[in-house]
Amino acid sequence: MKIGKQSWLYQNKPRLLSTGTAAGPFEGKGNIADYIDLIHKDLYMAQPSFEQAHQQLIEDACKLTVQNAELRFADIDFFIGGDLINQLTPTNFAARSNHIPFLGISNACATSAAALAMAGLIVNSDGAQHILTGASSHYAAVEKQFRYPTEYGAQKPPSSQWTVTGAGIGLVSKNGNGPYLARATIGKVMDLNQKDPFNMGAAMAPAAADTILNHFNDHKLAVNYYDLIVSGDLGQIGRSITIDLLRSNGLNIQADKFIDSGLSIYADNQNVFSGGSGAGCSALYLYSKLYQQLKTCKLNKVLFVATGALLSPLSTLQKQSIPVIAHAVALESGAI
Amino acid sequence: MLQIKKDDYQNLVSAHDQKRPILKNCLKAFFVGGFICVIGQGISFFYMYVFDFTEETVGDPTVATLIFITMLLTGFGVYDKIAQFSGAGTAVPVTGFGNAVISAAMEHRTEGFVQGVGANMFKLAGSVILFGVFSAFIVALIKTALMEFGVIG
Repeated sequence: MKIGKQSWLYQNKPRLLSTGTAAGPFEGKGNIADYIDLIHKDLYMAQPSFEQAHQQLIEDACKLTVQNAELRFADIDFFIGGDLINQLTPTNFAARSNHIPFLGISNACATSAAALAMAGLIVNSDGAQHILTGASSHYAAVEKQFRYPTEYGAQKPPSSQWTVTGAGIGLVSKNGNGPYLARATIGKVMDLNQKDPFNMGAAMAPAAADTILNHFNDHKLAVNYYDLIVSGDLGQIGRSITIDLLRSNGLNIQADKFIDSGLSIYADNQNVFSGGSGAGCSALYLYSKLYQQLKTCKLNKVLFVATGALLSPLSTLQKQSIPVIAHAVALESGAI
Repeated sequence: MLQIKKDDYQNLVSAHDQKRPILKNCLKAFFVGGFICVIGQGISFFYMYVFDFTEETVGDPTVATLIFITMLLTGFGVYDKIAQFSGAGTAVPVTGFGNAVISAAMEHRTEGFVQGVGANMFKLAGSVILFGVFSAFIVALIKTALMEFGVIG
């Protein structure tokens, strides 16, 4: 049900019954490799193109999620997901093979949280028994669309980010055990006139801060209510700006209780500049390590905030500023 | 709700931003770019002493050889890593031009030879050719005019 200005309370506690994750070789050398279900050895993943490899990631993660829940595709009511590629072809094409009624959504890198929030609301209001939800990205396919050819020698600045090759899918269910969705806040599109596509963290930080502030305000939560706030792909710059913005707006968050998925996926010796990014970044972290931590009650109350920069290569060339968005979903282990 | 003005936010971003290390980048570009030129000079001498080339004619085979090496490095996925280290050092010499063409050709291979490779090969390098030819034309016009008026011989 709606609470405050832009938030939902899931009073029927939709469960996150199972998850499935698939990633590329570079992520397989990172910090959360042990939590990922399937790691491909090669960026092509035995497909003829990077776009089809992208689709393969989604198909893998969907299969793994349903298998992990000991269900079949026929048992799933809806599939809600998206990615960054034009016309959402990887997700649309992946949905062709699993025959689940499908809603494609696109909020750039905030897609994971948008899809999860919607899935939660539908299950919470008896609109479905089981919903598959998630997001994904593929380094080479996304670079090709948004930046330069993969092998082109352009020097990236320290503020740039590394697109995560990975898909994270979760199954939101009406019944069962495990972590549940407690609340959500839907963000609005913001724009503080940032124009540098190689500094997305600075562009996205205001959206993250606004959504977090609205979440605490709408739900009337104490500042230390959550064990951890996990952002999607703010990177080093975006994370530190967000913490500053929250503090200057009266929400005194402890820095060690605010982590970023993009800063948690890779190992320190993997040079990913300001951190990982992409629609798959937040989804991969949420549905792998974060889910396991919630399931084993190492964490009990987590606020997951995925941020998205809603730019296109065309809007950048036409010198437009970068509109941004963030959505938040609160997950709780149910232990206390 | 977040309260901040656009100007204040720009100041906050500047305070948190990680600046490009310009001096370090310039030095790296200088030495890597210079090193590529040294290799080029070595190749020139090789063609002049081993084959029948003169100082005027050795340019073409030298450039072709450098581009061939670039092609291999790009294809094996090494060139972009060297470029991340050296920046302008690998972008300015002819190897940078070669890399721009070759990487684009590779990238669009899956879209077919005509509409993929053919149409996109000069996506990055096309403007180099256009503005290179155009500026040469302007310089030639100026030179012709100056010669006509007897300013230069």
